[in-house]
Amino acid sequence: MVELSHDSRPIIGRGPPLGATFLTLALASVALMVADKRYNQLEQVREWLSGAAYPVQAAVDLPFRASDWITDSFADRSRLREENLELTARLRLANLQLQRFAALEDENRRLRDMRENSAGVADRVLVASIMNVDLDPFRHRVLVDKGGRDGVFKGQAVLDAEGIFGQVAQVHAETAEVILISDAEHAIPVQSNRSGLRTIAVGTGDSARLSLPFVTVESDLKAGDLLISTGIGGVFPRGYPVAEVTRVDRTAAATFALVDARPTAHLDRDREVLLVWFTPPVAATEPAADATPPAEAPPPVAEPTAEQPQ
Amino acid sequence: MRPTDFARRILYWLSVAIGLVLAIVPLPEWLSPVRPDLALLAVMYWILTSPRIAGLGYAWLAGLFLDVLRGMTLGQHALGFVLVAFLTHRAQLRMRMFPILHQAGAVMLLLAVYHFVIFWTDGLTGHGYTGWNRWLPVLSGALLWPLIVAAGDTLTRRSR
Repeated sequence: MVELSHDSRPIIGRGPPLGATFLTLALASVALMVADKRYNQLEQVREWLSGAAYPVQAAVDLPFRASDWITDSFADRSRLREENLELTARLRLANLQLQRFAALEDENRRLRDMRENSAGVADRVLVASIMNVDLDPFRHRVLVDKGGRDGVFKGQAVLDAEGIFGQVAQVHAETAEVILISDAEHAIPVQSNRSGLRTIAVGTGDSARLSLPFVTVESDLKAGDLLISTGIGGVFPRGYPVAEVTRVDRTAAATFALVDARPTAHLDRDREVLLVWFTPPVAATEPAADATPPAEAPPPVAEPTAEQPQ
Repeated sequence: MRPTDFARRILYWLSVAIGLVLAIVPLPEWLSPVRPDLALLAVMYWILTSPRIAGLGYAWLAGLFLDVLRGMTLGQHALGFVLVAFLTHRAQLRMRMFPILHQAGAVMLLLAVYHFVIFWTDGLTGHGYTGWNRWLPVLSGALLWPLIVAAGDTLTRRSR
């Protein structure tokens, strides 16, 4: 009986059998995954490869940027006037508030200096544009157009004008990948501005909602409370708005309340974000190390790696 | 190697490159989960039509490049691509005989295998998203298959 071969490659110069090639390549992929994920051995390779990917990403980004540029340069006069008026009004308001804040900040700094702790305030910022590139519909990550060449580092805090946006998860030469605070893998230590209650806000995969899973039923937290960053963990500067509590559900039978919050940053609408450099809090005055959970008011379940994207 | 083989190779890589670019072009929010895996469909089509040129290494490299573009764990899409390419290679003699709708069904099965690999490795590396809509590309890819075949056939008929 004649059996037809499945193997349809050329008969001369075949190389190794199909199954062997498949096995080799499959094992190579698995080895890559393990090396990348488990041992973080591939930073260099990834950087080199992403250098090759950058032209493609830039090419995808280009038409969107060009259309923005065209709409900007051919904007009609009345629209510009309107925009100008609005911006002037906002600037006036902001300046008014700033006058007050300047005095407050000075006072704050003086008081903190007395406690020998002026750390945790943003020193330097860099504006980065979000590239028009879709990474994965189910993960909240974006690519920004600043990378290792501009001094961006892994774990750097990213803000927008209204609050905390996320942190840098991966640095390439020209670009960096930012994980948003709404990503289901992200958690950020926060504090209620009103009651001082400390807890952790976890992303849900929904850009309009964070979840606070470790708030006990008795805690002093109510809808409308502003949650600010605590600076614990050393990733985010302290005192920046993170989210506003939208819902607190207390069931008498449960230990933890169901708490939702809405991020103050425009996570799904931003085009530009700020990369922040700040002096991390001093370890002596603050329990700041990533590995140790906060000592003074730990959440009921302290996650040791709360601020690290896995 | 015939001189046309070289032109073919360029054509194959070009079509995959277009598929890869389309994999990261921003789409509206509601459309984004439905995005078909065009690069994989292109790889499958070329393996079916000319298995002597489009091999497993080609599929693996395409998958690896998708990993880099999307910032995923390296090797994740590469594994999915090479598995699908292997299965397509094995079934190639039969699949070529199938009528187009039957073929689309087979493609749907292969896409399901691919997405299962991605889903599985996602779970292992800790990115488990378990919503039903992550399986939508399986459907959209199968629906798109007749179009891919039509486009590819037109393209190769001219260059033949």
